[in-house]
Amino acid sequence: MIAELGHYALVLALLIALVQTTVPLYGAAKNDFSLMGVAQPAATAQFIAIAIAFGALTHAYVTSDFSVINVAENSHSLKPLLYKISGVWGNHEGSMILWVLILALFGFAVAQFGIHLPPTLKARVLSVQASIGVAFLGFILLTSNPFLRLDPPPVDGRDLNPLLQDPGLAFHPPMLYLGYVGFSMAFSFAVAALIEGRVDPAWARWVRPWTLAAWIALTAGITLGSWWAYYELGWGGWWYWDPVENASFMPWLSGTALLHSAVVVEKRDALKSWTILLAILTFALSLMGTFLVRSGVLTSVHAFAVDPERGLYILAILVLFVGGALIMFALRAPSMKLGGLFQPISREGGLVMNNLLLSVATATVFIGTLYPLFLDATTGQKVSVGPPFFNATFVPVMIPLVLLMAIGPMLAWKRGDLSAAMSRLWFAVALSFGIGIFVFWLHSNEPLTPVIGFALAGWLAGGTLKEFADRIGLFRDQLSKSLSKARRLPRSAYGMTLAHLGLSIFICGAVADSAWRTEVVLNAKERDKTSIAGFEAQLENVERLEGPNYHLERATVVIRKNGKYVTSVFPERRFYPVQQMPTTEAAIYTTLLADVYVSLGEGSKAQGWTLRLWYNPLIPWIWAGCLIMVLGGLISLSDRRLRIGTPLKRAHKKVQANGLPENA
Amino acid sequence: MAKNQLFMLTLAIIVSFPLNAPAVEPSEILQNPQLEARARNLSQNIRCLVCQNQSIDDSNASLAKDLRKIVREQLVSGASDNEIYDFLIARYGDFVLLRPPVKATTYILWYGPLFIFFAGLLLSVLFLIRRKRIMPEEPLSLEEKEELSSLISREKEG
Amino acid sequence: MIEKNIPDLNLPPLLETKPGIDKQALIGEIQLVNFFSSWCGPCRTEHDFLMRIGKSNIVPIYGINYKDKQKAAKKWLLDLGDPYERIGRDVDGRTAIDWGVYGVPETYLIDKQGRIQYRHVGPLSESIFKEKISPVIKVLRKQTNG
Repeated sequence: MIAELGHYALVLALLIALVQTTVPLYGAAKNDFSLMGVAQPAATAQFIAIAIAFGALTHAYVTSDFSVINVAENSHSLKPLLYKISGVWGNHEGSMILWVLILALFGFAVAQFGIHLPPTLKARVLSVQASIGVAFLGFILLTSNPFLRLDPPPVDGRDLNPLLQDPGLAFHPPMLYLGYVGFSMAFSFAVAALIEGRVDPAWARWVRPWTLAAWIALTAGITLGSWWAYYELGWGGWWYWDPVENASFMPWLSGTALLHSAVVVEKRDALKSWTILLAILTFALSLMGTFLVRSGVLTSVHAFAVDPERGLYILAILVLFVGGALIMFALRAPSMKLGGLFQPISREGGLVMNNLLLSVATATVFIGTLYPLFLDATTGQKVSVGPPFFNATFVPVMIPLVLLMAIGPMLAWKRGDLSAAMSRLWFAVALSFGIGIFVFWLHSNEPLTPVIGFALAGWLAGGTLKEFADRIGLFRDQLSKSLSKARRLPRSAYGMTLAHLGLSIFICGAVADSAWRTEVVLNAKERDKTSIAGFEAQLENVERLEGPNYHLERATVVIRKNGKYVTSVFPERRFYPVQQMPTTEAAIYTTLLADVYVSLGEGSKAQGWTLRLWYNPLIPWIWAGCLIMVLGGLISLSDRRLRIGTPLKRAHKKVQANGLPENA
Repeated sequence: MAKNQLFMLTLAIIVSFPLNAPAVEPSEILQNPQLEARARNLSQNIRCLVCQNQSIDDSNASLAKDLRKIVREQLVSGASDNEIYDFLIARYGDFVLLRPPVKATTYILWYGPLFIFFAGLLLSVLFLIRRKRIMPEEPLSLEEKEELSSLISREKEG
Repeated sequence: MIEKNIPDLNLPPLLETKPGIDKQALIGEIQLVNFFSSWCGPCRTEHDFLMRIGKSNIVPIYGINYKDKQKAAKKWLLDLGDPYERIGRDVDGRTAIDWGVYGVPETYLIDKQGRIQYRHVGPLSESIFKEKISPVIKVLRKQTNG
């Protein structure tokens, strides 16, 4: 009964979306307020309908209603409740419901909070958003309906992939989808602007919070996925340049460019075309990511849909929406009013270069991920593109970008003084040099790559900190004056500083782990010892136990330093009988500066077990750096100006004592 | 106990390497640490052909294990890195390398991003030049000039 | 590996009643070489069809038993039938690697000069044989006769 309710709710949502697409659009063209006004209640109703559908599916999972095919294939009565719930989106059909739910949620949010939006813009934005909903609701109802019944219902379900029964992974898809789908809002705004034929700073003020929210979610989602892979897959790796990872990384790179570009539109009324193009591109990459994962064109840890029909449908959506938007762009963009002028050496110029470098980075990942498919499809030849390729091509693009990140904020808008900016960066140079020398001293007989990496991180941190210090007049004015300036700084300033610092910390972690990770592999019987990175590890014993839906072998490994007890860790090998699948649960001892990662392999009491230990220096800084970026984004998002959507009123421009305009 | 410890320590070889490696078994590890390091490095560049996107260094598959053994045997018998890669390419094609070779079919891969960078740079420059020609800069208005001079004089005082 | 000469090989026999396989045995006529194992599910799937080919004498099939236990392989052939003219044992899988094999089952079509002319990964079926392999055999036969 409830499943049928969910089914009907989906159909209803589709109908509402159709109305929401057509009526407000027509109303905006005719400047008819009552027709435009349909958008808001429609968006609300659409969201409620899809929420009901999502609720119905969740109910089926929680009650283990195996007459619903989707539940029967992806759940099991013995599964813990948390994983029954996360199982809702742990499969193709359910994840698509989550997708449209978030799509409708964003539409609903703009409808509710977009009080100050110009009515025609609002109507068009909601109309475009609804059109995406039509496409995907159609997709669900035609090819991926989770509410289909099975008669007679099986006694029990087929269980979820044990790899996915994990708290970290429970939150990874929702977070990622908030990001992916969140960029649909920027897309809707972009297309609405093209329809309007106008991009003004008000538009950018509106685009920025939604783009920022999506960016924050995507950053968090990718970080979560990476962290999950690290502790769950038993290999201690955190990034594999796997096609599905790349599928989420590309919209992130493009979304970062979009975010920065939107700032220029807002502040300087410039870079409008580029911003719109990036908005279209970012959502296109989100859709492409969906296509890649769902179509089975590639197969990886994530692939759970291997149906060509579905892939073709999504490809059609992609071509229709992106192609349509690009055509509109080609037609409308030239006639839009040109924005503010700026010199090449200026903050705008810096951000243009930022856009360019991020776009090249996106293109690199794009080509690396898709070229093998393209080559295979056209010539039948097969090549592999793995981590060695990406490390050789992606990293070199990032280096000038990091260099730029310290210089750009030092340049004034419109016309920047490069020599002045560079002289202010003495601190960045000093920090960079200092860290580089320190790293070199610690690892003198080794390749220079990590030295360069750390020097870059130091440069970025130094530049970011100096920019902040200059803004509040630290060490130049009295401390009290600086502190009061700091209090009055807009939150977006703090957001930027934190986000850039977060990246710097991330770079340190990534470089250290890549360069200085050590591994010990041994065959150990109970009571055997080994050592790694100054720690002593002893395999105390291995027990055989029973878990809620698996059997396991659990080892107790005691870690000591200089004879003193530090901690005990318990790596496991599990076997899930329903899926007939073994997994390893690594045990991790974390300090602020490194992880000791212990993994239990095959073995027996008589033969001993394969024990693997890794020492991962600075790996916590990878997660910390990413979280700080997320924090920076959140603080920026909480900036009151963004939420109200009106500019800060200023009687006249304030000028700081050093002659630079007060940048907000 | 000490003897056992020593035995374990000699059996366990500490290897420094750029990426993770979960699949090499203790029995596979070579005695010579330099050769073992080369083996790990090579393995990370060789694709596990029966896996999704893993190197033979990362995979538990039986083919991956066989290939790891072959790599080590050849290293011990003195083969160079390229000779080992060539051996595998002869049997499995370019597909076996995780770092695609630079040939006509992969120019797009290796040079594509560079090309896009320069194309983008060119477009940006052209766009900026064109815009400057279309929109000459407006001179300051009278009020703006007054404001500027008052600011300058304030600066001189303060 | 297409159009390449088959690699050197010298595989001991699986059964006392049939010879093993060396390179010479694979030169001189058109034949199929089939990599199989008793522990391999898809090998069982294709086995009926291999038996039909064996009986029909369209083209001889030579078997290479990949990474298998001799006893298990013998029993497997006893239970399901033996379509092979010769069977060699590839105990450690090295020969398979020399042929560029990923796993079992895989089947190769070899011409009279001992060159690989076609390779099929996965279980062989009637439709695949008809559509992909038969035409190549016909062409090869014409070449040597004409």
